[in-house]
Amino acid sequence: MSPREAILSAVRKNLPRPAVPLPEVPGSERKGIKHGLGYKEHLTRLPEVPGAPDVNEPLLPYFRRQLEAMGGRSFEVADAAAARAKVAELFPDANVVCSAVSEVPGTRRIQDVRDPHELNDVDVGVVRSPLGVAEAGAVWLTQAELVVNALGVLSQHLVVLLDPAAVVETMHDAYERIDLASSPYGVFLAGPSATGDIEGVIIHGAQGARSLTVLLLAPAARKDPR
Amino acid sequence: MTRPVDPERRAAGFIALELHESTHDRLVWGMRQNRDKAVAGVPEWEELREMASRIKEHTLTHLDHYLEQFEKSATKLRTHVHWARDAEEHNAVVYDVLNAHRVKSLIKSKSMLQEECGMTPYLQQRGIEVTESDLGERIQQLSDEPPSHIVVPAIHKLRTDVAALFAEKIGTDPKDSDPHALAEAMRQNARPRFLKADAGMTGANFAVAETGGFVVCTNEGNADIGASVPPLHIASIGIEKLIPRGRDLGIFIRMLSRSALGTPITQYTSHFHGPRRGGELHVVLVDNTRSDRLGSPDFWHALKCIRCGACMNTCPVYRRGGGLSYGATYSGPIGVILDPGFDLSKYRELPFHSSLCGSCTDVCPVKIDISDQIYKWRRVVAAKGLLSFAKRVGMSALGKTLAHPPLYHSAEAVGEWALEHLPRFLLYNPLNPWGKHRELPAVPRQTFRQWYIENRRKP
Ligand code: SF4
Repeated sequence: MSPREAILSAVRKNLPRPAVPLPEVPGSERKGIKHGLGYKEHLTRLPEVPGAPDVNEPLLPYFRRQLEAMGGRSFEVADAAAARAKVAELFPDANVVCSAVSEVPGTRRIQDVRDPHELNDVDVGVVRSPLGVAEAGAVWLTQAELVVNALGVLSQHLVVLLDPAAVVETMHDAYERIDLASSPYGVFLAGPSATGDIEGVIIHGAQGARSLTVLLLAPAARKDPR
Repeated sequence: MTRPVDPERRAAGFIALELHESTHDRLVWGMRQNRDKAVAGVPEWEELREMASRIKEHTLTHLDHYLEQFEKSATKLRTHVHWARDAEEHNAVVYDVLNAHRVKSLIKSKSMLQEECGMTPYLQQRGIEVTESDLGERIQQLSDEPPSHIVVPAIHKLRTDVAALFAEKIGTDPKDSDPHALAEAMRQNARPRFLKADAGMTGANFAVAETGGFVVCTNEGNADIGASVPPLHIASIGIEKLIPRGRDLGIFIRMLSRSALGTPITQYTSHFHGPRRGGELHVVLVDNTRSDRLGSPDFWHALKCIRCGACMNTCPVYRRGGGLSYGATYSGPIGVILDPGFDLSKYRELPFHSSLCGSCTDVCPVKIDISDQIYKWRRVVAAKGLLSFAKRVGMSALGKTLAHPPLYHSAEAVGEWALEHLPRFLLYNPLNPWGKHRELPAVPRQTFRQWYIENRRKP
């Protein structure tokens, strides 16, 4: 018997009984759920929850606060020129800025990179995220945006453009909006690389990016007043 | 019969080191406190726990179906799916793939399953250089020790220990024990290894049957480096890691890091579905006693574990004795209920390395009945005749007393008198390692029974 057959038949023989039905989980429609598992619904139910956000706080400030708690930072920028200026201001000594976005061209286009090892000298990587998650302070990045996935981890610093309108509330909402199987790689990135492995002291820049900066800027097409 | 691991003796060694016990206790308890704060910010926590538990129970009661579904969807994405019955088969499959790609050096991120399989020594004996990419794991690798905690592997070490280790192994200044400097030194040391590696290996926190992919959660981003820089990525996945649907991840991701460290999510929550552009992806689905456990009505629920470490952080015994005292791959309360399933004789003492306070069960995000299982393992150990001499003596006296109410009541009164009057050495005798480093609480003036009789008889 092949290992596959042996494992499957051992599993079948030992399946615990009775079988447990699959529960419905919350999604954007929140079907079959008593009440939505989002923080706002709950906070109207529960007046005093320590550490929870203000019920009237809009999503964007909540997202920015959570991102900061994870060690990241965010800035509002008016347009592409302001985004370029911000990158120049934040990283005055950067030699190599490798970019996957048209708003901030940088010194190297990620589309010209063939092998991830070529990214070893990147000081700043720039990429656009299609989705932010407020409760986690996280941005979603896939191979479609990164082009070469290693851009997210080999760059010393990472700058992520995010449409402020593309922020959802919880991880449930986020998973409703993404199609996992459509990209070989997808990451929720919440702040920079971090470690607490030596006496629990939080250090940013463990192995991946040393800093994460989110620039809040709608994509050019979306700015069209139509 | 294997010689049993002696957790009390090993814990005593840790406690005897200056500062280690108190620092460890403070750090680990700090993680528990952060967990409490994070959980308080999620009013629907109990509903999430219930759903997480039921999703895992559903998957485990239909595991054959979900394994086949995972294999089918993963294969469609051009992922190579391998199966391994045990540790030896797992290591052989991994070696074959590495060998076929002529891999000389590999970087790996933390995987408890690869620890369980003893993979690193197996590959090193066959000439492959293996580098741990997680800082804590690397510290443990350089120390030639297993991880002492499933989330923070070197939490039992002081910064001065790490400074001495790095000075010896990677040439840092032995007097500089600033954690920032130490972490930076390792970043500089590790980077060239990441770039020259021919393959990256990871574990998986979750494997999604519907989508055919898997999820790895790290704070350092080291799994992402292993998966995105070298051309070959191999992931080892225990068959209990499956969940049915992509949207089930919302529940587990919301709970995992809150339970572990008290952050809403790990810095990196990475999803892998098929090989990256220009790369190759293999997964090895590993049984290694999991299908046996599935058939055990008392113990199959332990397969729901998502390895958050909350039960360790809250455990008074773990906090004091440290993770290495368990002498096994898994430590803390989850280790106590997993390890005997691998080798009952060797780990027969572990179920007694617990106060049965039940705090682990309270914090477990997937509602595993951990403390009940610890108690049930004690019964298994006793039924198999594996109790140590000291426990047999103590327990048979206890058994006789408990079985005989008048004797119990007089023993209670005698015990009370003894607590006040007997010399300490009778209580803290060598047959009772639990008495060491521990003082008994002040004795109440009445026993509970005396109080009960007095108060209930009063009209
Ligand atoms: S048993 Fe529960 S609390 Fe312990 S590591 Fe597993 S999931 Fe976490």
